[in-house]
Amino acid sequence: MALTTAPDPTRRGTGSVRPDATRRGTGRIRHGEGLAGYVFLSPWLIGLMGITAIPMLLSLYLSFTNYDILTPFSEVQWVGLANYERMFTSDPSWWHSVRVTLSFALIAVPLKLAAALGVALLLNRAWRGVGLFRGLFYLPSLLGGSVALAIVWVNMFNRDGAFNSFLALFGIEGKPWVNDPDWALETLMVLAIWQFGAPMVIFLAGLKQVPTELYEAASVDGAGKFRQFVNVTLPMLSPVIFFNLVLETINGFQGFTAAFVLSNGTGGPVDSTLMYTLNLYITGFTDLEMGYASAMAWVFLIAIAIITAIFFSTGRFWVHYSDGEDR
Amino acid sequence: MVATTVAPPVATRPQRPRSRSWLRLIVLLAIVAVVLYPLIWMIGTSFKSQEEIVNNIGLLPERFTPGNYTNGWGNFDVSFGRFFFNSAMVSLLTVVGNAVSCLLAAYAFARLRFRLRGMWFAVMIGTLLLPGHVLIVPQYILFRSLGLVGGDWPYLPLLIPQFLATEAFFVFLMVQFMRGIPRELDEAARIDGANAFGIFRHVILPLSRPALVTTAIFSFIWTWNDFFRQLVFLSSLSDYTVPVALTLFIDSTSQSAVGPMFAMSVLSLLPVFVFFVAFQRMLVEGINTSGIKG
Repeated sequence: MALTTAPDPTRRGTGSVRPDATRRGTGRIRHGEGLAGYVFLSPWLIGLMGITAIPMLLSLYLSFTNYDILTPFSEVQWVGLANYERMFTSDPSWWHSVRVTLSFALIAVPLKLAAALGVALLLNRAWRGVGLFRGLFYLPSLLGGSVALAIVWVNMFNRDGAFNSFLALFGIEGKPWVNDPDWALETLMVLAIWQFGAPMVIFLAGLKQVPTELYEAASVDGAGKFRQFVNVTLPMLSPVIFFNLVLETINGFQGFTAAFVLSNGTGGPVDSTLMYTLNLYITGFTDLEMGYASAMAWVFLIAIAIITAIFFSTGRFWVHYSDGEDR
Repeated sequence: MVATTVAPPVATRPQRPRSRSWLRLIVLLAIVAVVLYPLIWMIGTSFKSQEEIVNNIGLLPERFTPGNYTNGWGNFDVSFGRFFFNSAMVSLLTVVGNAVSCLLAAYAFARLRFRLRGMWFAVMIGTLLLPGHVLIVPQYILFRSLGLVGGDWPYLPLLIPQFLATEAFFVFLMVQFMRGIPRELDEAARIDGANAFGIFRHVILPLSRPALVTTAIFSFIWTWNDFFRQLVFLSSLSDYTVPVALTLFIDSTSQSAVGPMFAMSVLSLLPVFVFFVAFQRMLVEGINTSGIKG
C-alpha cells in the first residue's frame, strides 16, 4: 500500500502510481470488458489467494499454536499468546537477532547510500566513459546476493584472505575477521556497501533531472559548490533519496544469504550474525518450531510495516516534490 | 554506444580545470579497483594450487592450476553438471512463468476496466513490500500437505508461485511500461472489431517486448542467485541447485576444499556475468524505470 503515495522518483511529473484509466474518470465498463479483466487477472488472483493471503492467515493462526511439522494438524494445541510472550520475555536469542538486524541496517544502509550518492556525484558529468564506470559499479549489485560471492567474501576476510594481505602491506597484522564475534557482522556490512551500484544508478537518473538553471541561479547568487549541493542538489534529489532509503532499509532487514554462508547456517560466531531471517529459518526449519517461527514472522511483518509508515510520515517534512504532486 | 546513453545536462556549464578532472578520474579508478578486486581475487584463487592458496597472497597464481575445476565438478556424489542443469531448469521455467502471468495481470491493470480494479491494484502494490521470508513457513506447510515438497518433481513449490504472478515487481514494471503504449492503438484495433483478447494479442503483446525482455533477464538472474527458497524446498542431493550445492563446500571445513569451492563459485557466477555483458545497458535502464534491485 505504502508505495501508492511514492512518486516514481526517476519520472518526475508523469503521475502517481495508479492504474492509468482512473485518471480518465471511471467511465462505464464496456460490455464484456469486466469479465475479460477478471480472466486476465485470474492467475494473479489465484496467486494472491493461494500463495499470499491464505498462507498469511494460516501463519497468523499457527502463531497461536505449538505446531511443529511432525505432529498432525488434528493434534495442534492452541497456546494463546504464549509464543509472543516467550519472544518478548524469555528468548534472549530473539532479542539478540533484533539487535543484530537493527545494527546491520542502521550502519550498512546509510553508508551504502552515502557511497552510492558520492559516486553518482562523481559520475554526473557528461564525458566519455561514464557508461563504462556505471556498468562496472553496478556489477556487484548483480553478483553480491549470491552464495558464490558470500563464499568469496568470507574467505577474503579470513586469516589467509586478501584483506589481511592488504593490511600486511602496511605492516598491520590482521586476524580471521569472520571468526571474531566483534567483527563478523562488520564484514557483512562491507559486503552490503560493496553493492552500492543499484542505488547509485537510481541517484544518477535523479541527478539528471535537476534543472541546470537552478545551479546557474545559485551560482549567480554567489553560492559555492558546497552550498549548491546543500541547497539545490539535496532538496531536488530528496524523492530519490527517500525511495532508496525505504527500499534499502527493507532489503537490509532481510539479509540472509551472506549470514547463512558466513556462519554455516548457525548465526555464529557467538550469534554475532544471527540476522532476524536467519533466526526465523533456524527456528522453523532446524528446530521445527513452526508455530513460534510464525509468530516471529508476524512480528517481523508488523515491524516492517511500522518502519515503512514512519518513513512515509516523516518523509513529508524533508522530501521535496518540485511538481507539487502528492502533497 | 555507451557514451550516447548519457544526456549531457551540464554541457553548458564551463569546464572545470583539467587538474580537477584528473583527480576525479583517479578517485574513480580507485573505486573500480575496490569493486573489481574481490572478483579478480576469486578468479585468481580458483586457479591456485592448495599450497599457493595458503602461501601466495598475490592476486594471481604463480602456477596456473585448472585442476580445481575438475575436482570441484566431481567433488560430491552428484556432479555439478546436475546442479547446473537443475538451476538452469528452475531459472528458465521461472522466466516463462513470470513473463506470461505478470503480462496477463499487467494488461488487466493497465488497460481493462472492471469492478474493484483500484482495490486490487492497491493490494498488488502492497505485496511489493511484503518480505518473502514472512510467508515461507506457511507456504512450506501448505506445499508439504499437498505432497509437493520432496515429491516426484520437487521444483513445483519453487515454480507454482512464479506462474501465478506473485512477483509484483514485474507486474508493476509491465503496468508502467504499458501506460506508455498509446491508447489510440487500442481504439484502432477496437474499431477493426477486436475485443479485449484481440487487443492483447495484436497490440499489447507485440509492443511489450522490451518489458518482457527486462522481466526475463531479471527473473533469470534473481532465480539463478536465489538461495533462501531453494534451501527450504529442496532436500535431496540430486535435486539441489547450484547455490544450495555450493553450501555443501562450507560443511566440509577441510582446507583442501577451498580451491574447488572457488572454482565452482566462479562457474556459478558465469551466466550472470554473461547476461551482464550482453545486456548491461538494459539492466541499468531496467532498474531506472522501476527502481527494482539487481
